[in-house]
Amino acid sequence: MDSHSGKCLAVDLTTRRAEIRPLPQDLLRLCLGGVGLGTRLLAEWVAPGTPPLSPDNAIVFASGALAGTMAPCSSNHATVTKSPLTGFLSTSVSSGHWSLSLKRAGYDALIVTGAAESPDYVFVDDEIVHFNAAGHLWGMTTQRTSEEIRRHHGDDRVRVAAIGPGGERQVSYACIDDGYPLSHRGGAGAVMGSKKLKAIAIRGTQAMAVHDLHRLEKASLALNARARTAPVAKNRQSTALDCLLAVNKQGALPTRNFRESCFKGTAKLAGKDDSGYRVVKVSACPSCPIACRGLLQAADGPYAWAATTLDYQTLAALGPQCGIDNMPAILKAAELCQQYGLDTVSTGGCIAWAMESFERGLLAGEDAGGIDLSFGNADALIEMVKQIGERKGIGHLLAEGTRRASAKLGRGSEQWAMHSKGLEISGCDPRGSEDQALPLAVGLGAESDDCWLCLDSTTDRRSNPGSRNKAREDQATLFDSLLLCRQSEDCFHDFLSEAADLYAAATGVGLSPTELERTGERITTLKKSFNIREGWKRSDDCLPPRLLEVAASARKGKAGELAEAKLKAMLDDYYEARGWTAEGLVPHQKLRELGLDGPPAMGKGK
Amino acid sequence: MARRRWEKGSSMERRYVQCDRDKCTGCMICQFICSAGKEGNFNLEKSRISVVQTGPSTVTAIACQFCRNHPCIKACPRDALSADAATHTLKLDKARCAGCGWCIEACPFGAMTLDDSTKSVTACDLCTNHAQPRCIEVCPRNALSLYISRRGR
Repeated sequence: MDSHSGKCLAVDLTTRRAEIRPLPQDLLRLCLGGVGLGTRLLAEWVAPGTPPLSPDNAIVFASGALAGTMAPCSSNHATVTKSPLTGFLSTSVSSGHWSLSLKRAGYDALIVTGAAESPDYVFVDDEIVHFNAAGHLWGMTTQRTSEEIRRHHGDDRVRVAAIGPGGERQVSYACIDDGYPLSHRGGAGAVMGSKKLKAIAIRGTQAMAVHDLHRLEKASLALNARARTAPVAKNRQSTALDCLLAVNKQGALPTRNFRESCFKGTAKLAGKDDSGYRVVKVSACPSCPIACRGLLQAADGPYAWAATTLDYQTLAALGPQCGIDNMPAILKAAELCQQYGLDTVSTGGCIAWAMESFERGLLAGEDAGGIDLSFGNADALIEMVKQIGERKGIGHLLAEGTRRASAKLGRGSEQWAMHSKGLEISGCDPRGSEDQALPLAVGLGAESDDCWLCLDSTTDRRSNPGSRNKAREDQATLFDSLLLCRQSEDCFHDFLSEAADLYAAATGVGLSPTELERTGERITTLKKSFNIREGWKRSDDCLPPRLLEVAASARKGKAGELAEAKLKAMLDDYYEARGWTAEGLVPHQKLRELGLDGPPAMGKGK
Repeated sequence: MARRRWEKGSSMERRYVQCDRDKCTGCMICQFICSAGKEGNFNLEKSRISVVQTGPSTVTAIACQFCRNHPCIKACPRDALSADAATHTLKLDKARCAGCGWCIEACPFGAMTLDDSTKSVTACDLCTNHAQPRCIEVCPRNALSLYISRRGR
């Protein structure tokens, strides 16, 4: 298993001990790495029913077989933990230099358990692990923390993944900022905050050997060449805006907390000349030929100099969802989210919920802290992000996520709490794009789902939405487990055989395309089994009442509203396609078929 | 004034891999391919070209610039380094190099790398066995190119 180091680092913050453990080869073969490996390790290390914010919960950072090699878009890692927002599995994939350092430090996975007594940060220097006091860093923004730690160690090769004030205060959807902020969903930052772990710094300097260098080089260069002409690479940083326009045209853009599905302000947002921002720099993650990250900066006005990168989900959640058509304000809000370490999509969703509650008179006057929380008020958006990050005023309520906040506020506000299993939904309105309904309803790992609308060209149009969703889910799981960036999907002609080729070149393990497809199914089932263990029931796979009962206003394009019966039929199809029971549970026979019935491969106590 | 020994090379044509920092995205593919070609594995520490952050939002890739006054050759206490007129690159006499690191100190670009395992230094050799340096070949944004100075300037 050449490019798999076969080692995992287990860090216990309570005892301040770290241990390098071998990872069994069978485990790596079954779960590949990334989300697959992370889920498996989490299931074995965390006892069923563990409260997400207790010291017994673990965060698993899992690397992949291709990370650290020149395989295109491979410098990713998966963060897997039990989410404080949903109580189920949370898997988010992130990319950048930190991921590369994790792999180059020689680990396939890093497991953090326990909780420190006072703020700590962990510095992993290849084989040596330091536990350092982080009292002086507590309260700092994510970037300041990273700068301070790197300055202290005096080496540019030290890379830092840190939480901000949001994570410290355990905002349920706080994220971990590892330098490239895109939406990291599910609240891993809050789990880190509950462990009083401010940051994980890594210096990885080891060489990455691969099984067949020549083969890997050839396969990678072929993909790189295609990346020069692939649509995603051509559009680069304007992808987010193009996506926004396309979704709006389809009539599936969630607007003003899903009250409408078409936003008039998109033209203003996407305007090339007068939208008030400029592209400062286009940057790429290590080994990525696409370079999708444009650093955008607000040019003038009250939010001048706010600079951040935007992806479609962030743009949609902080913009149309809150009725904002002011690009500099969106940039400022996204920048603040990054500084406080908050997931932009959930933040936008919570603020949209608060805005609707305000307009309906539920959060009037003092409750709202005197802020005019009407839709489209850019200043209110900025102020709310700050309050959530600091858990001040109404921010304290919103920091719990829409599910708990609406339960607390009551008075019918659950009707417009737009979440599925507690995770704020965003991206595409399933009323305008039906295929979006299933992934939103059954979502397994709280990952930021791609907007299927734009990916339709790559997936075959089978008649049954259930099996269609199964195929997509398995493919997405494979991307997340091989840790190839989903942006690179366009570069593959035949994903399964090309990915199998890359994997075989890196590790020497030959998987046929069919076996790889099977692995995708296995990992999805693994994720599902974790959720079932944590008390998942069929009633959890649902959508907010607004999407099922109310037809979207200002809807143009494709007609068709979603009804509960329709969703139920889709779910039935989906469970059947998966080979699960009608209640959505995984039968034991299916587990055996997929090789998931074995004893735990790497328990905590061993 | 008589020319000193190390200035002999100063009339030599300069060739080096240059990077357009406006196009560079910091993807490090040049580093990956360089270490793969030279070391047979992916070891970014040993790549002859390296991506450096030169400002808050500027990155660029830097390799041996084959300076006219060759500070590295001047600094070497064991005369292990010399300028190769045929290939326009630095030549290292491995038997002489003791890995002392003086050339690394002297290099204004940080383009010399110490190989821990062999205790000798390495620098960009412009992939003389290929048609063009491999990093230029693979750069996805065409940010890298081969700079060739005019002879005798």
